[in-house]
Amino acid sequence: MNWRHKDLIDLDDWTREELNLFLEQANYMEELLNRPIKKVPALRGKLIVNFFFEPSTRTRVSFELAEKMLSADVVNWSSSGSSVSKGETLRDTAWTLEAMGADAVVIRYGAVGSADYLSRKLKKASVFNAGDGTHGHPTQALLDLHSAWKKLGNLEGSRMAIVGDVLHSRVARSNIKAFSKMGVKVILSGPATLMPTDIPSLGAEYDPDPRSAVKDADMIYLLRIQKERQEQGLIPSLDEYHLRYGATEELVSLAGKDALVMHPGPINRRVEIASEVADGEQSIILKQVRSGVAVRMALLYLCLGGVRN
Amino acid sequence: MPQEKALVMTQQDMFRILKRIAIEIVERNKGLDDVVLLGIQRRGVYLANRLKDLFRDIEEVKVPTGELDITLYRDDIPTLLEQPVVHSTSIPVDIAGKKLILVDDVLYTGRTIRAALDALMDLGRPANVQLVILVDRGHRELPIQADYVGKNIPTSRSEMVEVRVTELDGEDKVVIIERNEV
Repeated sequence: MNWRHKDLIDLDDWTREELNLFLEQANYMEELLNRPIKKVPALRGKLIVNFFFEPSTRTRVSFELAEKMLSADVVNWSSSGSSVSKGETLRDTAWTLEAMGADAVVIRYGAVGSADYLSRKLKKASVFNAGDGTHGHPTQALLDLHSAWKKLGNLEGSRMAIVGDVLHSRVARSNIKAFSKMGVKVILSGPATLMPTDIPSLGAEYDPDPRSAVKDADMIYLLRIQKERQEQGLIPSLDEYHLRYGATEELVSLAGKDALVMHPGPINRRVEIASEVADGEQSIILKQVRSGVAVRMALLYLCLGGVRN
Repeated sequence: MPQEKALVMTQQDMFRILKRIAIEIVERNKGLDDVVLLGIQRRGVYLANRLKDLFRDIEEVKVPTGELDITLYRDDIPTLLEQPVVHSTSIPVDIAGKKLILVDDVLYTGRTIRAALDALMDLGRPANVQLVILVDRGHRELPIQADYVGKNIPTSRSEMVEVRVTELDGEDKVVIIERNEV
């Protein structure tokens, strides 16, 4: 097999065939999570730097676990007290990383395009985007795809409703790309103040009413509501948001018993999701977390092995 | 296109050889108690299944049979031009204390078996590990040898030994192929 990607900035240039092969590889990686000894030597000797300039717990921990299970050497470089907070530019940081001999850099950074920029500055090392501003969060999309695919099988012709703050969501943007590529129809819903203006260009449709948006959906994907959105005047109150757009048992029942409830985490109970739904039988939120490790292992393995020009 | 140079095993040869190996395994282990078969992905998996069927026919015993993928244990991942894809590993029983019969198609440098042993040790602690090989073609780079050998075939490094199985390749046979100059 010839895996042509060295970096993962976003999923624009991944084909459906590549996604299918990737999901299968992630499945085999997930098998490892069930073993008594979870570590394999595949990336022994590779140095991976986790470069996190925005708060993140699950993405960073998930990447770190994946790296350790493949026996890579891991260095965590995060914002507080680092040279970037002392005024070093991203370009100088990139060169520093290269001088240290990093084979891969996982980057989360507030500015859109930062992962792409870093990948252009680094000649040898792979770059994995763990979130760049509101642009993209491709490994989240891959893990969402993997957990949905495991439950539903072939996703062609299925429907996904994404409800919440799409405007500020890099998760939504990456997910629309990934799921549409697999033949899923994506419907966005939420308050108009939290919707981007370019919905058709994203490849999705907008339905202001979450009740009709989730009807016949095979997947209901809730986005996290940041508390600041209320202060910014984008939503009247968290309680009111919950009543109109929150995933209550009533809202989920409109989609049917087999619909999956998904959330990228961390969840705000009684804001975008009711506790009964989050902990209910249709929720695959914890399966998504498990898929996260498997998917990141598959990514590191495929992009870091082999000889490349 | 690589040239098929010689046919070294027909379907009938393959069946006879596997049957002989099955009997050797029963003899050496004084029966099939605690024996577990483990085929190495990919063609070893099918050969292990053949042995399982033979045990069923000859001894009327159902031997637990699994598959082992060694890709993540290879020592040559950073030097390969094409990234090897990972296949399934499934072990049917707890291997602790079992007599583990590893099955692979060709024994060449010995590196696959080294990787398989590492993978096995991470999965449990068998009482012993025995190795079944359909074709031993020489050129070992590690001190590894098989307990049961189908056939020794001296080869040069420019040749390839290709084991074909019906399940994957539509036919059962073993051929030697001359690698073309690259």
